Amino acid sequence: MLGWELPPHNSGGLGVACLQLSKSLSKLGAKIDFVVPYVGNEQFDFMNVIYAKLAHPAVISGVYDSATFYEGSSTLGKDIYSVEANYQKAIEKIVIETDFDIIHAHDWLTFRAALRARELSGKPLILHVHSIESDRAGGKHGNPLVHEIERMGLSIADRIVAVSELTKQKIVHEYGIPADKIVVAHNSLDLDFMEDLQGDNEYRLLSKLKQEGYRVVTNIGRLTIQKGLGGFLRAAQLVVEKQPKTIFLIIGSGDQKRELIELAASLGIARNVIFVDFQRGKRWRDAFAISDLFVMPSISEPFGLTPLEAAYYDTPSLISRQSGIAEVLQSCLKVDFWDIHKMADQIISFVSYDGLQSSLKYDLNRELSKLSWDKTAKTLLSTYKEHHQAVAI
Amino acid sequence: MSQKSIVLYLHVHQPFRVRHYSVFDSGLRSDYFDAEYHDRTSNERIMHKVAEKSYLATNARLLDLLHKHPGFKISLSITGTAIEQMKRWSPESLRSFQMLAQTGRVEIVGETYHHSLAFFYDRDEFIAQVDQHKNLIQDTFGQTPTAFRNTELAYNNDLAWWANEAGYKVILAEGWDPILDWRSPNFVYQPSYIDGNLKLLLKNYKLSDDIAFRFGDQSWAEWPLTADKFSHWLSESGDATNFNLFMDYETFGEHQWHESGIFDFLTHLPEIWLTNPEHDFKTVSETADSYPTVDRVDMPNVVTWADTERDLSAWVGNSMQQQALDAIYSIKDAVLNSGNQTLIDDWRKLQTSDHFYYMCTKWFNDGDIHAYFSPYDNPYDAFIAFMNAWQDMRLRSGDFR
Repeated sequence: MLGWELPPHNSGGLGVACLQLSKSLSKLGAKIDFVVPYVGNEQFDFMNVIYAKLAHPAVISGVYDSATFYEGSSTLGKDIYSVEANYQKAIEKIVIETDFDIIHAHDWLTFRAALRARELSGKPLILHVHSIESDRAGGKHGNPLVHEIERMGLSIADRIVAVSELTKQKIVHEYGIPADKIVVAHNSLDLDFMEDLQGDNEYRLLSKLKQEGYRVVTNIGRLTIQKGLGGFLRAAQLVVEKQPKTIFLIIGSGDQKRELIELAASLGIARNVIFVDFQRGKRWRDAFAISDLFVMPSISEPFGLTPLEAAYYDTPSLISRQSGIAEVLQSCLKVDFWDIHKMADQIISFVSYDGLQSSLKYDLNRELSKLSWDKTAKTLLSTYKEHHQAVAI
Repeated sequence: MSQKSIVLYLHVHQPFRVRHYSVFDSGLRSDYFDAEYHDRTSNERIMHKVAEKSYLATNARLLDLLHKHPGFKISLSITGTAIEQMKRWSPESLRSFQMLAQTGRVEIVGETYHHSLAFFYDRDEFIAQVDQHKNLIQDTFGQTPTAFRNTELAYNNDLAWWANEAGYKVILAEGWDPILDWRSPNFVYQPSYIDGNLKLLLKNYKLSDDIAFRFGDQSWAEWPLTADKFSHWLSESGDATNFNLFMDYETFGEHQWHESGIFDFLTHLPEIWLTNPEHDFKTVSETADSYPTVDRVDMPNVVTWADTERDLSAWVGNSMQQQALDAIYSIKDAVLNSGNQTLIDDWRKLQTSDHFYYMCTKWFNDGDIHAYFSPYDNPYDAFIAFMNAWQDMRLRSGDFR
């Protein structure tokens, strides 16, 4: 497998999905060599991680997120371009030294290296799409160079895996790829990787406010257009009018941060909105735990893992229908991201009625206990088998 | 050989579904039941569809059968909310039901006007709704019900006691195995602890479900079910006296589509069954009058005709349903004291059991979506629309303290 990141050096859901998927595939008998671009030495007992050692993880991590330049820019950032190019060279070497049957590559940064691997080895190429450029650009066109890499890779690949029906449709429409070349394999969440809560919650102010009858409605993620937080704040304004004891907690960093803070102020709800920088570890977990409701209002979310992570900490979600997870998660509130009034209506009802809160929690727990990567891994294995008799990778 | 009767009882009901009524509508407009025509919650659209597929198509055949076979009889229950909707959006459907009743061989069964669960929440309110239904049936069909069925056939000893006191001749319930034990539903029973003449008819759910659920199922071993085969099963059943075939009216044309052959089955059943002079059709009250009771049946706990548990859990099983039910009955005094008849009517329409069923999460994330009939995307949306309407109603009743 060719990937860009794995925990603990991940910047987002991509690394988590790659790791958990690999574990599930290996349980079904797949042998995996997983190539990442950076320097490191962590190994997992279910696969062999190959470090291409092109740069320090800190350089690589974050690159994935900030790689997107909007209209007007036709070149990638210098760092990312050179790492992406060097990754191709590293792969060339690995292809010669390693024995494998299938090339399985995750997202555009690995696509050119994957094409080169296919060219050198003649082995079948499966491209796994966790997001496409227009997702990352929040409905805008995004970077034309990235577009071109995606178009070329998706056209040449023997098979494409999409993390949702939504992503599949986008690949069909934006890149003109025939639908029958794309198989949908939804992401999941392996609870073994989740860490339990420990000690007092770090958000002491919120704990106090909750004792005074406040409810906490939270978003955790990058503050970019794709995430739909402008709409979320407009809904928040409507909520605060009806339910003033509602606090909106927005955790994350990104290019929209200043704009969002200004928006909260101009909507007159600055007192009800708390912005916190991106958090990891205990503060990340505690944020889910302190929340009553998690909201994922994304304009475009190819999959969207966070509602499942929130569920692990017993927090129900309101999610936009424009997300892959809306195709699989049942026990949650759902809304079209543009329907601000309905979003507000659902949040108001949630904070108003404990009957709705406890039903959602109960149903969500039941659904979480059934969650597994198994179905996804089986879909992938049968895809591998279509292209090769053996299952070793 | 002995005398055997088919007791065909069909239940007609439509709820006033609440549109996607938002919290921003509360206090502004009270048009809870008036969705846009093409919305899934549009009562008008659904009435038009069911009228065309089921009511008009089925009644035309039933009327024909009644004219053709003097021995053909049926029993019907029609809720007040269904009749109201027919009056507004499909008067020809109502007329077709009236024409059936005019033959004198169709018995109308009593129930709550609003298809509510009031019996379990508020006895006075329950009685008011039963009376309202009785008046409507008298006005519409010129009959006074002597048989009673509660919403979803929800039955227990208390209900039997009430029905006996109220003077009914017979009450209907589910013939559930754990209650019947070794006994057969194909006889007339009496409820336990009753000092009176009230009889109990128990649904033969196996035979009923053969028609209502399995008829069109091509993977079913008995498919295709013909009137010949079905009549033969009944003829072979020893000393049984009455086969209580109780089902939703919409079985004909809506749950089982025209293409399944359900109407042919309906047309041929009387023809074939009545060729034997010892066979007939009886209405529910006639059945209670005609056959001796064989035993008493004790049902301390509520039994319904719904899903595999045969209990009320699909209506009252989760916290949303409990909160919504508590909410609706909590404003009773304020609503009734308001003297505002429109408000009282709206309040009663919100008591219809379907609203709570739409909030059911029992099967929701089991992957068995087919078990969930609802005009909402999910049970949470159903709850939200209901509670927003309730808030508005609270405001109208002056219950905001």
